[in-house]
Amino acid sequence: MSELLQFLFSGLTVGAVYALVALGFTIIYNASDVVNFAQGEFVMLGGMITWFAHAAGLPLPLAALIAIVATAALGVAINKLAIEPARGAPVVSLIIITIGASVFLQGAAQLVFDKQIHSFPAFSGDTPLRIGGATIQPQSLWVIGGALVVFAGLWLFFTRTLLGRAVLATSNNRLAAQLVGINTNFVMTLSFALSAGIGALAGVLATPITLTAYNVGIGFALKGFAGAMLGGMGNPKGALAGGFLIGLIEALTAGYLSSTYKEAAAFVVILLVLFFMPQGLFGRKSTERV
Amino acid sequence: MLTVEGLRSRYGRIEVLHGIDLHVDSGEIVTVVGANGAGKTTLLRCLSGVQPVSAGTITFRGEPLTPVPAFKRLARGLAQSPEGRQIFTNLTVEENLRLGAFLYSDDRVEKDMEDAFQMFPILKQKRNLAAGGLSGGQQQMLAMARALMGRPSCLLLDEPSMGLAPIIVQQIFDVVSGLKALGVTVLLVEQNAFGALKIADRGYVMETGQITMQGPAGELIADPRIREAYLGI
Repeated sequence: MSELLQFLFSGLTVGAVYALVALGFTIIYNASDVVNFAQGEFVMLGGMITWFAHAAGLPLPLAALIAIVATAALGVAINKLAIEPARGAPVVSLIIITIGASVFLQGAAQLVFDKQIHSFPAFSGDTPLRIGGATIQPQSLWVIGGALVVFAGLWLFFTRTLLGRAVLATSNNRLAAQLVGINTNFVMTLSFALSAGIGALAGVLATPITLTAYNVGIGFALKGFAGAMLGGMGNPKGALAGGFLIGLIEALTAGYLSSTYKEAAAFVVILLVLFFMPQGLFGRKSTERV
Repeated sequence: MLTVEGLRSRYGRIEVLHGIDLHVDSGEIVTVVGANGAGKTTLLRCLSGVQPVSAGTITFRGEPLTPVPAFKRLARGLAQSPEGRQIFTNLTVEENLRLGAFLYSDDRVEKDMEDAFQMFPILKQKRNLAAGGLSGGQQQMLAMARALMGRPSCLLLDEPSMGLAPIIVQQIFDVVSGLKALGVTVLLVEQNAFGALKIADRGYVMETGQITMQGPAGELIADPRIREAYLGI
């Protein structure tokens, strides 16, 4: 029993990181139908910039804040320099541009920072908490809490605010969005800033557990993308549930079967779900008359 | 209210508007009729700012409109109900209307929405349904109602009758002629020349990117050339 609980704790921890990455995918996708494959790089930058700023002598909270703001600014730069000039191109071309941005950021991080693996201290110490015979790191609670807070914020943003609806409207019909007075370029800038900021936050929260290096982004991007697809792309609820599910499946497979199969198990479940529910678990069925 | 002089526009190297001159006075319903491909939609797209203008001037309420980006033109009082309706299919009817008043967050938004529901009661019944599931006529009503939520002084209407059943077309045209009473000036672009000229004060006839005839709607409707070319009489 305590064994199961232990697996669940570690699944929830990893799942929360995946959920944060998946939530980052959600915003840009909602604004533009683009799946931003540079999302993993934002996570990497969050961790790496924090480590560098912290190593340079800044207190950890300030270093984390700088990392999040700097990454958000980089997200805006990617939008302005790479996505906006290609406006009007098919979505697939834009997705390929984000892959290019991802490769670029990874290479740049290698030059600007270094190729070492880094970590910084956990926020609330390393003394594990004992719950029902299992243990959980305090940092895990930070990660899980972070995922829940970001989810709640995004959910309120998309369902309760006019600006959130304007983001949805922009992706649904850019022409009509402009005609009702929405500055669609600003909506894109905002969504890249938010996505990048959330990605960086994931990196900041996860690094004490998962460690960071210039090349960790692609792994986060794949798992986060899988989580977003599993839950239904574009839906914050789906991103949260999908991220946690993948984390749990991985942890349980690694615990009871073999850690060799943990990724295979996660992807088999995704394939099955998408086969029977192509829109994902929480995806909207699209009905459209013409 | 709206003056267009020598307007030219092109798609790539192909010019489709060859110097359009027209004007719409405050309180008027003016229609531009013409066959498919005459450039009517391009003209409206230039007016709403989503199509680049290569030459000529557009003046709206005494100010040049050409340098104003599309998303700022509604704040100036110019709204468009675009060709093909262009509603937000994944949002509900009510959300579509609310976004029509994106620029505003005062008490009048609620009141305007009630007015829209009064104008098109079917939209009230479907207010919480996804707009993509509406029929063509209902989508057209939603597109017009959404444009009116932006409190325009001038409404550009692109082919509101396209692809609709005759009984719905009549209902739409009735609403358009009723806009006058609400103080909204209308520029109506239509292939359905007869229906449009019947409710308009003045009309322009457009052929291959040029205005070929203009005058009071009553005179155009009686003109034998128009009757032959566009009314099939």
